[in-house]
Amino acid sequence: MTPTAPDATPGAGGAEARPARGRPRAAFGPAYGALVALALLVAANAAFTPNFASASNLWNVLLQVSSTVLVAVGMTLVVATGGIDLSVGSVMAVASAVGASLLDRGAGAAVAAGLLAGLAAGALNGALIGAFRIQPFIVTLALLITGRGVAQVISDGKLIAFRNPAFEALGRGRLGPVPAQALIMAAVVGAALAAVRATSFGRYVIALGGNEKAARLAGVPTGPTKVVVYALSGALAGLAGLIETARLGASDAAKVGLTMELDAIAAVVVGGTPLTGGRASVGGTVIGALIMQVITTSFNMRLVPFSWSLVLKAAIILVAVYVQRPKLA
Amino acid sequence: MKAPRLAALLRQEGAPLALVAVCVFASLRYDAFLTPENLLNVLRQNSMPGLVALGMTFVILTGGIDLSVGSLVAVAGVLAANLAGRGTAPALAAGVGAAALLGLVNGVVIAKARVQPFITTLAMMIAARGLALAATGEQSVRVDRLSEGFPWLGRGLIGPVPVPVVVLALAFGLGWLVLGHTRFGRHVYALGDNEDAARLMGLNVASVTIGVYALSGALAGLAGVLLASRLGAGQPVAGTGWELDAIASVVVGGTLLTGGQGGAGSTLVGVLLLGVLFNLFNLEGTISPWWQWVLRGLFLLVVVVVQSRLGARRAAAAATA
Amino acid sequence: MAGGPELLRVRGLTKRFAGVTALDGVDLTLARGEVHSLVGENGAGKSTLIKIVTGAYARDGGAIELEGRPVAFRSPAEAQAAGVVAVYQEVNLLAYRTVAENIYLGREPRRFGLVDWGRLNADAGALLARLGLPVDPRATLGSLSIALRQMVAIARGVSLDAKVLVLDEPTSSLTEREVGTLFEVIGKLKAGGAAVIYVSHRMDELYAVCDRVTVLRDGKLVETRALAGLDRLDLVCLMLGKRRDEVRKGSTAFGERGGAEGGGELLRAEGLTRGRRLRGVSVAVSRGEIVGMAGLLGSGRTETARAVFGLDPLEGGGVRLGGRPLALRSPRDAIDAGLALLPEDRKGEGIVPDMSVAENLTLAALPGLTKLGIVSRARQREIVERFMRRLSIKAYGPEQKIRELSGGNQQKVLLARWLCRDPKLLILDEPTRGIDIGAKGDIQALIRELARAGLGVLMISSELEEIVEGSDRVVVLRDGQVAAELRGEAMTQDAILRAMAGGEGAAEGGAS
Repeated sequence: MTPTAPDATPGAGGAEARPARGRPRAAFGPAYGALVALALLVAANAAFTPNFASASNLWNVLLQVSSTVLVAVGMTLVVATGGIDLSVGSVMAVASAVGASLLDRGAGAAVAAGLLAGLAAGALNGALIGAFRIQPFIVTLALLITGRGVAQVISDGKLIAFRNPAFEALGRGRLGPVPAQALIMAAVVGAALAAVRATSFGRYVIALGGNEKAARLAGVPTGPTKVVVYALSGALAGLAGLIETARLGASDAAKVGLTMELDAIAAVVVGGTPLTGGRASVGGTVIGALIMQVITTSFNMRLVPFSWSLVLKAAIILVAVYVQRPKLA
Repeated sequence: MKAPRLAALLRQEGAPLALVAVCVFASLRYDAFLTPENLLNVLRQNSMPGLVALGMTFVILTGGIDLSVGSLVAVAGVLAANLAGRGTAPALAAGVGAAALLGLVNGVVIAKARVQPFITTLAMMIAARGLALAATGEQSVRVDRLSEGFPWLGRGLIGPVPVPVVVLALAFGLGWLVLGHTRFGRHVYALGDNEDAARLMGLNVASVTIGVYALSGALAGLAGVLLASRLGAGQPVAGTGWELDAIASVVVGGTLLTGGQGGAGSTLVGVLLLGVLFNLFNLEGTISPWWQWVLRGLFLLVVVVVQSRLGARRAAAAATA
Repeated sequence: MAGGPELLRVRGLTKRFAGVTALDGVDLTLARGEVHSLVGENGAGKSTLIKIVTGAYARDGGAIELEGRPVAFRSPAEAQAAGVVAVYQEVNLLAYRTVAENIYLGREPRRFGLVDWGRLNADAGALLARLGLPVDPRATLGSLSIALRQMVAIARGVSLDAKVLVLDEPTSSLTEREVGTLFEVIGKLKAGGAAVIYVSHRMDELYAVCDRVTVLRDGKLVETRALAGLDRLDLVCLMLGKRRDEVRKGSTAFGERGGAEGGGELLRAEGLTRGRRLRGVSVAVSRGEIVGMAGLLGSGRTETARAVFGLDPLEGGGVRLGGRPLALRSPRDAIDAGLALLPEDRKGEGIVPDMSVAENLTLAALPGLTKLGIVSRARQREIVERFMRRLSIKAYGPEQKIRELSGGNQQKVLLARWLCRDPKLLILDEPTRGIDIGAKGDIQALIRELARAGLGVLMISSELEEIVEGSDRVVVLRDGQVAAELRGEAMTQDAILRAMAGGEGAAEGGAS
C-alpha cells in the first residue's frame, strides 16, 4: 500500500511532472477505492433493485445516513490517533434518554444536557485512556455496557414518547427542501474537514497517530489531545442520539444506537482511515457511511432479512482492515 | 518497599479475599444466602457464563481478547435446539463443533492474516449474531418435545447438584490441568508473557493462537448448548453482553489483560465473586436489571484501572530493583 | 588464533533491505573452543549477520556451513535444533515463567502427556549447578537480576547442546562481579568445545575473553585478526575506518571556526547519572559554541542528550540553562525553555511519515502559528518557504509527504522544525548520519552559521572529521563517563581515538 520511496533525492526535473499525474486520485486520497465501490454499488442497485433510483429513496438514504455520519466523523478522529471508541452506540442512548427526560424544561435545555452527557462520557473515556494508558477498546467496551444501562435507568426501561415540535424539528424539520439533519451533518462534516486541515488540534491528532514518540518530542500535548478526541466522539454520538430521538418522536433506550459502533468503524476503515492511525480521511468516512447505508437500504428493499446485512458488514470491515494492515518490514 | 508488597498482595490475593468478605457479609445480612438451595442456585446461574470465562482465560493469557463469545453462545444454542430431536449427542456435537469452528476462524485470521484480535472478534461477534438471527428468522427455536436426553443437560440433577454445575466443575478442573501441566498450557503462558521471545525460542506461535481461539469458541458453544437445554429453546439473542461478563470475571480474578499471568483458578474466583455480588443484588431485591448493567460496566472499569495502577507500580519497582 | 578444528564457516554473506545493502559479502570462520569477537559501529552489519546466522533473517546471498555441511535456517527454531543459539542484548526470555521453564520451553519433559515438573526442575538444577550458577530453577525469572537472567539464557543455549552461542552485548547491564561470572561460564563453554560469537563495545572485555576479532564497517568485512598483539588504538581505527596518522583536512563543510568563546555560559549539566549507561557525565556549552561529543556506541552519548532534554528521569545530577536550574517534566517544558533535540533515530522519533513537509516542519511551532485554534496559512507558508529555501530542502513542494524525501532532506526538515522555534541550545544527535554528501555539507555549514549567530550547539557524532573540524571543544565519553575534554590544538583525531579506546596510554584529559 505505502509507496516506498528509496533514499534518493528526487531530481528537480521530475518535480513538475509528478503531482500533475497523481492529481485526480490524490484529490480523494485513500478513499479512491471506496468511491469506486460506492459508485458500483449504486449502479448495481439502480439496475437490479426496483425503485432504488427514485428521488424519494435517494433522499431517504441521505436522511438515514446522517446519524451514522455524525458518529463516524468522531470515530475518524479517534481512529486517526490510533484508538477506537466502542461506546458510541450507548452514548447515543444516554443522550437520547437524558434529552427526552428533560424535554419538559424546554428543547434547548434538553439538547444542551444531551450533548453535555455525550461530551462527559467521551471525556471520561479519554481521561482513562490518556492518563492510565489502558487499551482504548477495553475502556470503551466497559462504557458500552454501562452507558446502555444508564440510559435504561434514566428512562426506567420504558419508551419515552413526547410531543415537542421545537425538539422534533431536529429530526423532522426542513429548511426549504433540505432536511435539518442533513444540514447538521453537512455542518459537522465541514467543521471536521476544517479541523483536520486547518487547526493545530487536527495536526496534533494526525501526528499522534502517525508517530507518538516523535509527536511527544516535538512538544505535542499527547494526553490532552486524546481527551479532546474522545470527548468530541462522545459529543457527536450524543448529537446523533438526539437527532434519532427527534426523528422517532420517542426515546427507546434499548434500541437507540444499537450496533452503531460497528457501522461507524466500518465507515471509517472502508473510507481509508487505517486502524493504526496517522491519517484521517473525513471525506472517505462519509463515502464509507454511504456504502453501509446503501447496503442496509438495498437489503431492506429486496426484503432480505436485516441480519444478513450484519454478516456482510462484518466481512467488509475485516477485508478493509486486512487490506490496510501495516506491512511487516 | 511497603507499597509494592501491598500491591502484590492485592493483585494475587485480592479476589479471594473479596470473595470471602462478600460471602461473610452476605451470610450475616441474609438468612437466605447460606442455604444449599441458594448456593447451588448461584452456581447454576453462573455455570454457563463461567464456561465462557474459562475460554476467555485462555485467550487473555495469550494477550488476546475474544469479543465474539456471546454470539457463539447463540449460534450453538440455536443449532443444538434445532437438532435436539435427532438425539442429544448430535445436538451437543453440532453446537460445540460449530462454535469451535467459528473460533478457529478467529484464530486463523488473527494468527495468519495478522488482524488485531479485538477487531477480528468484533467482526465475528456481529457476523455470528447475524447468522443466528438470519438462520432462525429472528425467532426462538423450540426444542423438540419428544427429545429425551437433551433437556437433562441444562435441567437435570446428579444427586443434588445441577448438571451444568458438574460440567462447570469438570471444565475448570480440566482447564487447570491443561494450563498448568501440559505443554500447550505452558505455551499459552509463554505467548502472553513475551510473544517475540517465545517466537525466538522456537515456539509455534500461530498454532497456540489458533488453539486458544478455537477452545474459547468450543467452550462458548458448550455454554450455548446448556443454555438452550435449560431454556428449552435456542434463542438467537442469547448471550448478548456475555463477553463483557467473561472479561470482567477473568480480570477480576487477577489475570492480566496483557497476558502471561493468571489462570483457571483465579477466573473461577472471579466468576464466583461476580456471581455472589449479583446474587446479593437480587436478595436485596431493589436493584433493577438496568442498574446491574451499569454496575457491571463500572465494575470492569474499576478493576481494569486498579490493575493498570498495580501493574505500573510493579513495573516501577522492577526498574529500580 | 584458537587452534581447534573449524566449526562454522560463513562465506560471502549478503543481505539487502528494501534496496539498501546491509551486509555485503561478509566472511567469518569459527573454530571449536574459540571466542570470536564481532565489532563495528552502528550500521556495520553486526546484528544483521547474527540474525542470519541464527535463522531470524533469510539471506540474499552467500553460504553458511556448520561442521562442513551447508545449512539454511528458516527460523530461530531450526537454528536452535542445529545447535546455533543467540542470547540477545535485551534478554529475550519469559519474565513470569520459572527458570526451569525458560530453559526447557518447547522441550518440557512429559509423563503420561503431562509436564513432568519433578524432572524439569531436577534437570534444570543439574544444568545450573554444572555451570556454577546459584539459581533456584523454580524461581520466577523476573525476580532475578538482569545478569542472572542472561546466565539463564546461556544455560538454555547449553541445554540445547549449542555448538555456536551468539552473545549480543552480554555485559551492557552487568556489574563487574557479574561480568566475572559470565566469563567463567564462557570459559566452561570453551572447554566443552563450543564456539562463542561475542558482540560488545567494551574494549577491556574483548581483550579479556576473546581470541580473535572480526571488524565490520558499513556492511563490509574490514578484517579478521587475532586479538593478541593488536593495539587498542589500531582496533578503534579499524572500526572507524581511520588511519592513525591520517587527518584529512577540509573533508567537512563547517568552514572557519567562529572563535566565539566569550558568549557566556549557556548550558551546564553536572554529574548526570542514570543506571550504568550514565555515570556522572558533566558537560557545559557556551553561547555561540559548538561542543562535540564523541564516544563509541554505548558510551552514553545519546543518553546524555536525552537527559539534558529531560526525557529520562535522572538518578543524580542536574541541568542549568543560563544559570537557572531546569526542572523539565515534558518535552514541552524543554522546548519552552529554549532547548531543541534532533534525535538520532530519524524514522522512529523524528518524522511523522504520512504528514507533509510543511506539517512536519511546523509541528513544534504550531502554538505560535495558531490563532483561536486555526493555523495561519500565510504565516505557515512564509515560515515553510523561508526555511525550505534557507536549508535548500529538495521536495516537490511543501505538500509532499516527508517519507518520500531523501534522508538528508528529511533531516533538514527536522532541523528546520527546531530552528523556526528560535531555540537557545540545539542538541544534535548524529545530525548527518546516513544522509547524502550534499545535504551533509549543507547541514554542517548551517550548524556553524547558527553558532556564529549565538546558538549553543551540543553535537554528538561518530564521525571524527565532523567532531574535529566542526567543534570548538570536544567531550569524549567512555562507558558512561567523560574520558577526556579536548580543545584547540589538542583536539586531534589521534587524541580523541585514544580517549575513546581507553586502556593503556589513554590519558585522562590528554590535552593538558
